[in-house]
Amino acid sequence: MNKLNRREFIKKTTNTAAISILPGVFLQTVNAKGADVKNRWGMLIDTRGCGDCKNECITACHSEHAVKSFDRPQTDSQWIRKVTVKNRKTSHTMALPIMCQHCEKPACVDVCPTGASFKRVDGIVLVDRHICIGCRYCMMACPYKARNFVHENLSEQNTISPRGKGTVEACTMCVHRIDKDGAKAKTACQQACPKNSIIFGDLNDKNSGISKKLKAMGARQIRADLNLNPAVLYQGLDL
Amino acid sequence: MKNWLLLMSFFVSFAIHADDNNSYLPKAKAGTKCVEDRQIMRTNHMDLILHQRDKTMRDGKRDGRHSLKECINCHVTKNDKNEYPNIDSSQHFCNSCHTYVAVKTDCFSCHRSIPENKQVKK
Amino acid sequence: MKKQTSFSQFSNNSFFYWSLLVLFGGIILIGLLAVHQMEHHGHHITGMSQQIVWGLPHVFAIFLIVAASGALNISSMSSVFNRTHYKPLSRLSAMLSICLLAGGLAVLVLDLGRPDRLIVAMTHYNFKSIFAWNIILYNGFFAIVFVYIWMMMEQKMNKFSKLAGFFAFLWRLILTTGTGSIFGFLFAREAYDAAIMGPMFVIMSFSFGLAFFMLVMGLLYKLDGRQIGDYVFNKLRKLLGVFIAAVLYFVIVKHLTNLYAAEHTDMEYFMLFGDNIYTQLFWYGQVLLGGLLPLIMLYGPLCKKSRLTGYLAAFLVVLGGLIQIYVIVIGGQAYPLVLFPGMEVTSSFFDGTINSYIPSKYEIALGVSGVAITLLAIVFASRILPVAADNLSDEYVNPHFKKK
Repeated sequence: MNKLNRREFIKKTTNTAAISILPGVFLQTVNAKGADVKNRWGMLIDTRGCGDCKNECITACHSEHAVKSFDRPQTDSQWIRKVTVKNRKTSHTMALPIMCQHCEKPACVDVCPTGASFKRVDGIVLVDRHICIGCRYCMMACPYKARNFVHENLSEQNTISPRGKGTVEACTMCVHRIDKDGAKAKTACQQACPKNSIIFGDLNDKNSGISKKLKAMGARQIRADLNLNPAVLYQGLDL
Repeated sequence: MKNWLLLMSFFVSFAIHADDNNSYLPKAKAGTKCVEDRQIMRTNHMDLILHQRDKTMRDGKRDGRHSLKECINCHVTKNDKNEYPNIDSSQHFCNSCHTYVAVKTDCFSCHRSIPENKQVKK
Repeated sequence: MKKQTSFSQFSNNSFFYWSLLVLFGGIILIGLLAVHQMEHHGHHITGMSQQIVWGLPHVFAIFLIVAASGALNISSMSSVFNRTHYKPLSRLSAMLSICLLAGGLAVLVLDLGRPDRLIVAMTHYNFKSIFAWNIILYNGFFAIVFVYIWMMMEQKMNKFSKLAGFFAFLWRLILTTGTGSIFGFLFAREAYDAAIMGPMFVIMSFSFGLAFFMLVMGLLYKLDGRQIGDYVFNKLRKLLGVFIAAVLYFVIVKHLTNLYAAEHTDMEYFMLFGDNIYTQLFWYGQVLLGGLLPLIMLYGPLCKKSRLTGYLAAFLVVLGGLIQIYVIVIGGQAYPLVLFPGMEVTSSFFDGTINSYIPSKYEIALGVSGVAITLLAIVFASRILPVAADNLSDEYVNPHFKKK
């Protein structure tokens, strides 16, 4: 009879465990691309040029993600819109583009019952439309009115931007471009702006273009009092 | 006993015709081989797709073997009318099996069902 | 000697029973057809939009859910607070509670953008979301009230009904606070961001639930040819008055507090003194029709002479309750999100404008079918289960009864 020695048993099982885990460890280090917690992607928008522009950022965004208008302004999706702000007393007017602010403490993520609204480790706030049930609670919760509900059947979506009826969507900060090009990525709105008013970059990297500009000139957040710490920052926000 | 046999033969007659469902099985892109073996794909493609989807969406890893985009890029080819059939067409690759087994695909209410950068009609 | 309350099904008047089933079934069918259209074409056929995301279906659903919680009050008072004169009513109270919740949840689920993903909603939970907690609490409520009503009906389990009643009472306080907090936790919207929403919904549940209970009990007993003694009726009537006053108190506190804050004054003026439908609905619907008028009717001399006054008051409370929830849900969304306080804001996305809402026929059908589901369930359940007390006469119910 072949009695299994205790020492032999421990040696054999440890070896088996090590051999089965090892390839996974190896694979992890090889396949290390993708969202990294050391980044925090953000945008800096200089609003001083926004007043007289032709909304190129909006056209580009909606073209990139195949967001079509159905000539129903009440229910059409608008991932980004230009907001005009007028001071009643002084008549000073300014304009700025508003989209999902990709907050550090997103209200939409907190309230989503299924966890479909989530924040990636690199700060981008997205909707997992596979488990979104279309309850629209995140739309109630967002202070920036960033989220849209898809009210109709869609077809001919863009491959990089799956979107469909009955689910909720918002600006993704062109995450498909970020995943491909990292810090060198340009969002669609950034690329289209004729005055180069939009800068995309890594807020956690002190040497990135966006961080240097922030250090030099400062910027503001919309509804900073809510303490959500959005990743979209604005210059020229003088009201 | 006779009634029972008659009834069963009525139902079996459907099964006899099961194989010749006359489905149009579109050929994939020429010169390519699927990333997995055919039988593995037939039984497990949903698990592979779901696993890949979580890696892509939550972790941002877009270079996986089992990306839905690449499935479509290879498997959805031009039909005999020189058009790319989308999911509403019976000639779409996924429908060749899914219509037969009567399992509705939910993917294409959101995902593009024809290769990227291609239109249904030229 | 302990007296045993005897219960039985509502068994008279078969014609009425079947007519009601057909009527409610028809309404439900129309509602389902509406849902099918919404699901097939998408929500653009409804009156809901990117601005008003929760509409009439949600108003009905929330009313039914809030009333469901409150309808259990009668049972709680007998089991938990030892008000033995409510004991004969406790089975009906629990049964009503389940039926109301079923109707409310049905409407809520059917309005989802992806109602086919209900299983996903029940298996994926984000525990930071009060909405997710509500889903757990609602399902748990069904289970608990089922067990509670079983313990009340099964003689061997009667001794446990007190414990079940206590558990149900605690559960529904948490549940209704949760329902109110769905709005209370929304710091982004000026009309909601308030801790008082949770407790206010609890008090609203007491009022709406009792009013609904009185109406249904009155109708069913009348149809079945049973009597409700004066003692029971007067107790319920006075209790409803107390609850109506309590709701008014919470409403006053909420609005006074908001009026005090310069941050909220614009919104409060829109709601209370604005040139819009919500101001009309608030004062004439919620306060007058749903609050002051029923109070006068319930405590005034007319009610002692005519029961109809009491039932009319209960009906007004239900109507006023629906209007109150409409003002909360729709009015709260009509007022725009404030991104730049004090500034005039315009955009293509309706920033800075008062949002308008006109319910479509689909939403009306869906909302009303929720009420029909509730009523169908009540009529059916009370027919097959012994929930109605046989004897509600003063002699039987009144512990201090003195024969004249």
